[in-house]
Order: sequence, then C-alpha cells, then structure tokens
Amino acid sequence: MARKLDIRRFPGFLPITYLCLFLLYAPLIIVMVYSFNDSNSITNWGGLSLRWYAEVFTGVESAKFKAATINSMTIAVMAAITSTTIATLAATAMLKAGRFRGKAISFALINMPLMVPEIVTAVATLIFFSAIGFTSGYLTILLAHIVFCIPFAYLPIAARMQGIEDTYEQAALDLYATRFQAFRLILLPLMTPGIISGFLLSFIISLDDFIITNFVKGAGIETLPTAIFGSVKQGIKPNIMAISTLLLLVSVIFVTLSYLVGRMGQNKK
Amino acid sequence: MRKLLTLGVSALALTIGASTANAEGKLSIYHWFEYIPQELLNKFAAENDIEVTMDTFDSNESMLAALKAGKLGSYDVSVPGDYMVKIMAGAGLLDTFEPAELSNFGNISAQWMDVDFDNGRHSSIPYQWGSTSFSVNRDVYSGDIQTTAILFDPPAELRGKINVLDSQGEVLAMASMHLGIPQCTSDRGQLRALNDLLQSAKPHWASFGSDIAKDVLVSGDAAAGMIWNGFSAKARAEGANVEYAFPKQGYVVWMDNVVLLKDAPNRDNALKFMNFLLDPVNAAVVTNYAQYTAGVDGVDGFLDEAVTSAPELNPPAGGAGQFIMACSEEVQTVYDKIWTDLKK
Amino acid sequence: MAGLIKQSTSNTSTYAGLGPLLMLPSWLVVGFFLVLPVSMMLVYSFLTKEFRGGVIWEFSLAAYDQFFFDRGLFGDAPPVIEWTYITIFWRSIWQAALATVFCLLIGFPTAWFIATRTGPNKSIWLFLITIPYWVNLLIRTISMKFLIRDTGPLNEFLMWTGMISDPIHMINTNFAVQLGLFYSYLPFMVLPIYASVERYNFTFSEAAADLYASRWVTLTKVILPFVKPGIIAGCILVFVPSLGAFLAPDLLGGAKNFMIGSLIEEQFKGNAGNWPFGAAVSMILLSMVLVVLTYYARQQSKVEAR
Repeated sequence: MARKLDIRRFPGFLPITYLCLFLLYAPLIIVMVYSFNDSNSITNWGGLSLRWYAEVFTGVESAKFKAATINSMTIAVMAAITSTTIATLAATAMLKAGRFRGKAISFALINMPLMVPEIVTAVATLIFFSAIGFTSGYLTILLAHIVFCIPFAYLPIAARMQGIEDTYEQAALDLYATRFQAFRLILLPLMTPGIISGFLLSFIISLDDFIITNFVKGAGIETLPTAIFGSVKQGIKPNIMAISTLLLLVSVIFVTLSYLVGRMGQNKK
Repeated sequence: MRKLLTLGVSALALTIGASTANAEGKLSIYHWFEYIPQELLNKFAAENDIEVTMDTFDSNESMLAALKAGKLGSYDVSVPGDYMVKIMAGAGLLDTFEPAELSNFGNISAQWMDVDFDNGRHSSIPYQWGSTSFSVNRDVYSGDIQTTAILFDPPAELRGKINVLDSQGEVLAMASMHLGIPQCTSDRGQLRALNDLLQSAKPHWASFGSDIAKDVLVSGDAAAGMIWNGFSAKARAEGANVEYAFPKQGYVVWMDNVVLLKDAPNRDNALKFMNFLLDPVNAAVVTNYAQYTAGVDGVDGFLDEAVTSAPELNPPAGGAGQFIMACSEEVQTVYDKIWTDLKK
Repeated sequence: MAGLIKQSTSNTSTYAGLGPLLMLPSWLVVGFFLVLPVSMMLVYSFLTKEFRGGVIWEFSLAAYDQFFFDRGLFGDAPPVIEWTYITIFWRSIWQAALATVFCLLIGFPTAWFIATRTGPNKSIWLFLITIPYWVNLLIRTISMKFLIRDTGPLNEFLMWTGMISDPIHMINTNFAVQLGLFYSYLPFMVLPIYASVERYNFTFSEAAADLYASRWVTLTKVILPFVKPGIIAGCILVFVPSLGAFLAPDLLGGAKNFMIGSLIEEQFKGNAGNWPFGAAVSMILLSMVLVVLTYYARQQSKVEAR
C-alpha cells in the first residue's frame, strides 16, 4: 500500500523544483533590493532610499512610464486572450475535426511566427502595414502581438488535447447535445490546463517583446520594453527596478486573490 | 475581464482617433527615449499651442530602417547622429530649410556650422554633442592612458578585462586612429592592417557591449572600456574610480542633430520646434538633463555646475577629436567583412 | 510532432467537417499578417541590396552567394566555401540544443511536481513559475549577470562557505550563456509539459507498480510516452526561440561571437544595412527549421500508422 501512495513521487523531483524556483527568483531579489538604492546605480549600493518609488509616482518621466506600463499590460492581456482563443479553435480543428483540406500545412502556418526571426517579422510587418496604409499605433502593436503569440498558445493546448478521447463528447451527442454544447461542456473543461498554460505563455511573451514592437509602434505609444531598451542615452536607472518590483507586487496580489477565490469555490463544494 | 476589454477597446478607439486626426497644431517627433525632458516638450506645446507626439528609437540604424520601411511621412523631425545625417541626406530622407526660416539660426556655435555631414546646416541643427573614447579603472592601472594602445595593445594589467562598444563604426574609427590611417580608407594595405589589428586585439577583450558599457566599469567586470563621455561621468558619479581618456592619436566626436524630415506633415511646426531648441535657455535645459554638451552659443549661464565642471565633458584644447565618417559603399562592404570576421 | 497535429487513437471525430471553419481565424490572422509580409522577405532575399538598407528591384543571387562563398576581404579572390556563417549557425544550434536539454532536465520534474499538487494550489504553482517573467528580460538578464559576476553574491557565498577559495569566473563564458538561455525560456518547457502530465491517469502507474516495474521503468516506459506531446511542444518552444536569441548570449556571453539572431539583426539594424542578406539568412534558417519539423512529423505519422 505504501508503494501505491508513492507513485506520484519521484526521488529528486522536489529538490529540482526548489532549485528551479530558486533560479527563477534569485535575480528578482537583486531587482527588488536595488529598487531601494539611494544611488543612481544598478550595480553599486548607495544606501537605503525610497527615492525611485517617489520618482515612479511623481517624477518628471512618471507619466511616460505609467502610460508605457498600462499599454504593455493591456496589450498583453488582449493579445493573450485573442491568441488563446484562436489557438483553441485551431487545436480543436487539428486534433478533433478529422481530415480536411489544408490541414498538413496548417501546422507549419501556426508555428511560423515562432520560426521567423523577430527582426525580420518586425521589418516585414512594418513594410506591409505601411504598404496597406495602416497607421502605426496601438492597434498595429496589438495585431503584431496577437500573431506572434499564437504558437505559444497553440502548442500547450495541442499537447493537452492530444489523446483526449472522443467518447465523452460522443456520449453527449448521443444524448442530443449540440456540438457546441459538447465543446463548451466537455472538451473545454478538459482542455483548461492547456488553455491556462497557453494564455500565461502568450501573456509573458507579449509583455516582453521589444524588437517587433519597436518597429510597429507609433503615435507616441510606448510599451515598457521599448522604454527600457530605449534608455541608451541615459542608461538604465533603478526606477526601472522600482517599476519591476511594483509589477511583481501587482502579480503577487493577483495570484493571492485568485488563490482565495479558488479556495472559496472549493469550500462551497 | 469584461471591464478590461472595454478599457482596452476604448484605449484602441482613442488611439485610432488620435492617429487619424492629423490637423494643424501638431508636431510629431522621432527621438531617443529619455533624451529630452518632458517639461521642455510641455513648454513648447504650451507656448505655441501645438500638440506634441513623440515616438522613440533605440539606435541610429533602427531609426533609418524604420523610416525606410515606411515610417517616413509620419514624423516631422528626428534626432540622428552626425554620420547618420549624411546617410539620411544621401537616401533622400531629409528636407532642407533656409537660415532665414529660423530666427535663432545665428545661435549655432561657429565650430558646428560647417560640419562635414551638413555643410552650412541646411537640414539639421545641433542638438547635443560629446565624445567617445574609453575609460580606465585607476585602481587597476595607473600608467599613461592617453593612448589608443589601451584598447588595441593593452598593458598586461588590462588584458582580458576590456569591454569595447558593440558598434562597428566606433570600433573601426578608433582602430583607424590607432594605426594613423584615414577613416574609410580604400587603400588595400591599410584595410588589411586594420583587419590584422582587430584580430590581434580581440583576445585581449573580455566583451562587446554598448548597453552595459557603464555598468561593467562600475561593477568592476571590466577594468577598461570604450564608453561615451557622459556615461563615463555617470560611472564616476556612481563611485567607480574611472578616468576618461582623450587619447593623443584621436577619439571619436559625435553630435546628435535635429533634422527636418522629408514629407513632414507639419513642416512649419517642425521649424518652430527647431528654433525653440536653438534658444540657449532651452538648449541648456536639455544639456542639464542629458549631461552632454549643447552646440549653441550662450548656454553657459544656464548650465548646472555638474555639467560645466565634469572633466569628461570638457576635452583638452586642441584635442584630436574626429567625427565618424560615413564610408562609400565599396569601403563599407570591406568594413562589414572585417567586422563579421572579428565576431564570427 | 504528429502528436500535435492529429489524434492517433480515436477514429471518430466529433467536430468532423468543422475543420476549415475552426482554422479560419488562424489562417486569416497568420496568413495575412505574417505569411504575406514574410513572403515579401523571401522576394527581398533575391533582390539587389540598396546601400544602407532597403532593396533595389533587380534580381540578384548576391545574398545567397555571400552566405555560401568566400571571396576574400575585397571580394575579388576566387571563391572558396564560406565557413563563417556555417560556424555561426552551428554555434547557435548547439547552444539552443544544450539549452533545451537543460530546460527539459529541470522543467520536467518541476512540471510533474506541479501537476501532482491538488486543488487550487496547482494554478498557484503555475503562476509562481511565470511571475518572474513580469519583469523585463533585459532587467532579469542584467540581474543574473550581477549574481554570477566575480565579486557577485554567488561567488561571495561560495567563498564564505569555504567551498572555494577563489571566485569562479562565470561571466563571458558558455556557462553564463547557457544559464541565460535557460533562464529566458524555462516556463516554455514547464507549462506545456504540465498541461500534458496533468491529464495523466495514475492507475497506469499503479498497474505498472503492481507488475513490479521499477520507478525508472514506469517513468520511461509508461509516463514519458504518455506526456510526449507536452515534451515535444516544450522542446519546440525552447529550441526555436533560443536559436534566434541574442540578449542572453550578448549580455552574459560578452557578444564576442555572432549568433544567428545577432547576425540577422546586424543586417537590418547595424552598419551593414544589407536587407537582402538578412532576408536570405532568415530564409535559410526558416527552411532548416521547417525541414526538420516536417521530417519529424512524417516519421511520427509512419510510427503511428503501424
């Protein structure tokens, strides 16, 4: 019996997970510590101070960084939602809709944004947008982000969907459910972990993009990465560290809330 | 989630509205990030009742690529470096103006009037200028640093601890000065010598990096490094014991310039803006913010002490500074090959 | 790969006939906003370069010639095979492959651990893996550099514990590049694997255990085949972006050598301004990845057909 309890565990997996988390978070500790640096430096410690937080909220450039942060977040959320939706439909087609014309090249097509080097996508997209008279701005950034997020959403969803048997849905259809009902009530819940994974990956890939955004942006719209990479004339200052720390704080609050909501949901049952 | 979507859609609507209404009273700037204080833009906007929009780029070359890929026509002014002004003019990306169109034209310092990249200033006005050479950590090396040998034939203390800028133009220009050959030489023997010099110097270099040029010096990862003068001053302010060199063989002088772009949608406002920047009061505001040097006469009274006293910002009289030249296509092809060979 | 394309077992398809409809959004979005612009780049790779960026509309094979043939410093020597770019490709492929292996070795156990949690904890763990990525890659990489430099916290700590007496030099080494790539792409391995492990039915493990299979046998013969789609998805998501990555190699590795990403970048954003060559290198890279993926997909379908 003891052995059966063990089947979920492999020796060494837990330490590796901790190592993984340590590797992920160790650099963030540096970021957080240096956001409280009194000096202009991101490498030399000059004493404890809240001046960079003050600058983030009231400084000369605060409006610019605030706008950039809001643009980054809204674009990332919208791009992730849209691309995850598109990818979910595509995965259903590829894995659950039998044969159809164009299926063979569809896989290559969906993964194309992953394979084309970013700078090429950037220049090509800008040339294309200009050619069709599409004014650079928020919308061009969003569209470009949706495109390159698609494979990041598709691959986890498809990995999840692979091998989900048709039996439940067939049973539902036998009970006169429509195909849409079968999709919504059976397939979608089964796919959820894949969809969450796809959403999270497209969200972080959109949040981080610089090269493509740098080319297709316009009309005074900045995102956080273009602001950070653009700081070549002044150098990176701890205010970026402060913004990063605040973003982390927001994400932690977000996670804590969703945890609490999840627990409440559990308790109701 | 629905709220977020509504928010996003309204943001979309706003931006589309903003980008299509291209009426009078607007100015569209293509600039470096954090290179002009927002207050100055606000002041200009308020004085002239003009709505200012600014987009940013991260390097001269990416600006050029973006303009060539289709952004020309959406901006009024841009801020390219010296050699880039010439390249842009050559590519037909610049508009010209008459001196009479700018009432402050006479404020341009005499030494920056007849520059090689825009003789007589028909498309550009000076913005800020500075120099590029290298800084040495004085805790590590205390010998003479006023020589380009620090980079290309370094003393034992500095070997393997040097960062060079990841920028073809600056590295090849400094190397040419070290050899005493003209920039963009088409002489095959000289080009071969240039190639050999870089190949022999590379083993002494720890890294290529531009974004990190200041931080490697401050952190001590590098004991010497090519750097812009303003960055070296910042490194010193952050506590690094570094000294900026003005080597006797020569160093790079750079100047960023405000240019009038071709097909500018708001040409008149662009000229108003350029004139505004030629006012010493405003030029000084930029200098105090960016910590470089203005190319306009009469700024001295408005400058901060930190700017006027920094040794990095005040080259010795008779210094051997040179602008980076824009090479001909033939030479540039060889330069590209040398650079690729160096980094292959 | 085929695992990500079509189903291997079931022969009924609930959504039969809806394929094209469901694919339509992807076809439209990717086709219009990516395939169209990129095919223009394919055309560009066969055009004459305009000095300092742009193209002249005249057919030319110069870009491909430059990739494959070396004509000396001045371009007039008799052509020999050009090893420069092949070396750069090989270096990038090798680095990306190594990074993929490391991500898999650390990512699989992590994904497994997360998938075997219960209740709402699971998604908390997923968030924990992705939260660090709310911070910009450049900032994270700079901080990683800070950690591992000669006088950085890691070396100080190791010296404090007495494990080493002199700092280990890590900056500007291959180790640092690997660490950077690993750090850039880890969640792209963990999340897809998680999505597939999460569905794993532990009765299989129980059955294997009842048959006295060792843990190792259960892992390799039962579990791995089941979660293979997730592993493949993860490997694609780490390997392909790593091929073009340049931030981690440049900042942590010292940028002394070009990677594919920085080589292409240089053609569009550097002094070179050689768009046709940049386009040609991209097309060569793109076709290589496509050939490998297609070959693998074929092999998989053959295996499954048996």
